[in-house]
Amino acid sequence: MRNEMEIIFDAVSDNEAFARVAVAAFVSHLNPTLEELSDIKTAVSEAVTNSIIHGYENLYGYGRPADRKKVHPGKVQVQCVLEEDVLHIRVTDKGKGIENLEQAMEPLFTTKPELERSGMGFAFMEAFMDDLEVESSPGEGTVVIMRKKLGTGSWIDSEE
Amino acid sequence: MDQVTADDFQVIDHCLMVRLPEEVDHHSAGYISRNADRHLMREEVRNIVFDFEDTRFMDSSGIGVIMGRYRKISCFGGRVYAIHADSQIQRILKVSGMSRVVEIIE
Ligand SMILES: Nc1ncnc2c1ncn2[C@@H]1O[C@H](COP(=O)(O)OP(=O)(O)OP(=O)(O)O)[C@@H](O)[C@H]1O
Ligand SMILES: [Mg+2]
Repeated sequence: MRNEMEIIFDAVSDNEAFARVAVAAFVSHLNPTLEELSDIKTAVSEAVTNSIIHGYENLYGYGRPADRKKVHPGKVQVQCVLEEDVLHIRVTDKGKGIENLEQAMEPLFTTKPELERSGMGFAFMEAFMDDLEVESSPGEGTVVIMRKKLGTGSWIDSEE
Repeated sequence: MDQVTADDFQVIDHCLMVRLPEEVDHHSAGYISRNADRHLMREEVRNIVFDFEDTRFMDSSGIGVIMGRYRKISCFGGRVYAIHADSQIQRILKVSGMSRVVEIIE
């Protein structure tokens, strides 16, 4: 079985919850465990939040008094493909891109310490998904590709 | 969902109790940090307790909130505790290495 979906939304923090819930709903018919769902939601949240706050530097959502003046009009695209029990997620932005990818992916490395970012985003994507690949070019944008095999939870034992 | 109200922040016995929202993400992190810091500035706070009772989701933004508050009180010997954290939240705390600075109370 193969199933595909794609969503494109404004790069504002209001949409972070929407994106991770949409991906979780997309896989729900496979009966993922709570742990798998939580892993997927965290990984999607990390990638999408990075596109918003680093890629487009939209630090707040709509209607935040502190930043109403400045919301960049960028979009974030989330594509999912389900191939049997393997979920492929691709998060794309056309933001400012990453200069030094190797350094960016190191745990605890952040270019925004003043915003209390902890530099754990890529580390979480790596820990909670089976596979992580990142492609980025400065001035053009970033693509994060993640993969996770579902159904490793105990429910599968009780089938058949 | 990110309705953090004043009631969610209480100082009892020099201990700041923070009741976290259902989702601790980039969207809610700013409110939580700002409110917590108001108490840290105005009142004598020694330790901080983060209560995850209502929390079903957290990402690295939550790590930033905890780490940022920890930095503010640890230089005065203060400690940070996490209570009512479910297994997912505990995993996040552990993977990030936060379990070294935050004491998880079961
Ligand atoms: N989509 C992106 N566009 C531009 N830069 C990015 C993007 N994603 C990540 N980065 C860069 O990579 C760094 C590391 O990202 P990572 O998610 O690991 O940490 P963080 O976002 O800084 O902190 P945290 O995720 O813990 O809040 C970021 O500080 C930023 O410089
Ligand atoms: Mg990040």
